[in-house]
Amino acid sequence: MIDFLIAPFEFGFMQRALIGSVLAGAVCALVGTYVVLRGLAFIGDALAHAAFPGVVIAYLLKANIYLGATIFAVITAVGIGLVSRRGRVSYDTAIGILFAGAFALGVLLMSKIPGYTVDLFSFLFGNVLGISTRDLLLVGALGAIVALTIILFYKELLLLSFDPTTAEAMGYPVRGLNYLLLGLIALTIVISIQAVGIILVVALLVTPSATAYLLTVHFFRMMMLGILFAALAAVIGLYLSYYLNVASGAAIVLVSTCLFFLVLAARRLWRVRTPQA
Amino acid sequence: MVKRKTPWKYCLEVRDLSAGYGERAAIEGIRFAIQPGHMIGVIGPNGAGKSTLFKAILGLIPRQHGEILLHEAPVLSQRALMGYLPQLEDINRDFPVLVKDVVMMGRYPRVGWFRRPGPGDKQAVHQALERVDLLPQTGAQIGQLSGGQLQRVLLARVLAQDPHLLLLDEPVSGVDAASQHAIFALLEELRENGKTVVVATHDLNCVVERFDQVLCLNRRMIAYGPPGEVFRQDILDRTYGHHLMIVQVGERRVVVADEHGR
Repeated sequence: MIDFLIAPFEFGFMQRALIGSVLAGAVCALVGTYVVLRGLAFIGDALAHAAFPGVVIAYLLKANIYLGATIFAVITAVGIGLVSRRGRVSYDTAIGILFAGAFALGVLLMSKIPGYTVDLFSFLFGNVLGISTRDLLLVGALGAIVALTIILFYKELLLLSFDPTTAEAMGYPVRGLNYLLLGLIALTIVISIQAVGIILVVALLVTPSATAYLLTVHFFRMMMLGILFAALAAVIGLYLSYYLNVASGAAIVLVSTCLFFLVLAARRLWRVRTPQA
Repeated sequence: MVKRKTPWKYCLEVRDLSAGYGERAAIEGIRFAIQPGHMIGVIGPNGAGKSTLFKAILGLIPRQHGEILLHEAPVLSQRALMGYLPQLEDINRDFPVLVKDVVMMGRYPRVGWFRRPGPGDKQAVHQALERVDLLPQTGAQIGQLSGGQLQRVLLARVLAQDPHLLLLDEPVSGVDAASQHAIFALLEELRENGKTVVVATHDLNCVVERFDQVLCLNRRMIAYGPPGEVFRQDILDRTYGHHLMIVQVGERRVVVADEHGR
């Protein structure tokens, strides 16, 4: 049994994959707490898709794909912020237009590369088994930036998420804080691209946090439980990927989804057995 | 009643205010001044613009015309001096925060950026919860509270903020009689401590008894003055007689003139 658990991690690539996916999951759960409580899942999905042309352009230029993804995700985050302030097209329509267009641009550029399908697949669905030590350091640094920002602005982001009207009434720069949050979501997506890919990022962004939300009424505990569920999904997902030889990103996301429904069912059962007055 | 002396003649001055989104103002022609340590009632039917007036004072809604001064200086530079009680329906009751967390939010402007609340802040939260009689609920999640209790939590947040001017939007709507009484007793205590309190309400009976001045609002300012002067049949008719001042019929804007038949 112990051999069964240890064997996969005798390989360097599996160790890196473990660190990379747990790291990405933890950052996703931190930021995902805000995403779930403020209903920003669609924006998260849009930012992930909008990062795609950045990845492709960086790939074509043989530059760092994280840099390309960061630039495009942050530009889109600012764009979404601007669109939400002015314009007659509704918010979600504008986001739909933006992200589908950006994603199409990415696919278009990608289709000009001969034999592109393998790399395309890894961008879209992740390839954490191929993460390099250099990438890992970069992901770690970006994750540290996200975590530090949340620590520094913890109470302001909490107030903004719970009661934006009062935050503004107190004189807080609500628009700036909203941009900050969008920026954090953008960075989180960049961090997660290698682990689960562009299409599945949104799952890691909302599912662990939503699972935690089922279990606690306390904001900080929701964050911590979210990290726990994300890490658990990453570890189990990697084992599945190793032993069943299935795609790692998809395995991590599916485990996360299963955890959500397990907790949901457990909660229902618990409710039935202890009827509330 | 001892009122603390303040160097300002008026706590809040609103000069010819029009405010709202888009081209048409939601409220217009608002002018009044409030002395420090007064309690003001803002009355009017639903949709009269009571919330809009509060939000315009707080800078949450664009001001189209006029000036708002707090202690003789533009209000927007000193928003931390104003405490705001939003309407209950603006609050997400499923949000994972505890009662004490919500009250602590009132301390945030004092705590400042990049800092954690200290023992003094925790004490202020404790005292605020004591004043609204919610100490037993300190550790409860806000979704477990009744409407009246949540209203008192939000009031405790304003108390913890310790502002000069309190803007309370419908603090007693949807609240049981006992809580109503407790809330008004607390507001009178605040007034005696020199706070200026502005309350939007549609409970006219309590207005007569308790307020120093009453502002009658129905998109425009109908009247502003002591309750005895304002509570006249014609003023109340003009405030409450017609819910809609402007009726849109196709392309035509039909103004419902109160003077008709008078």
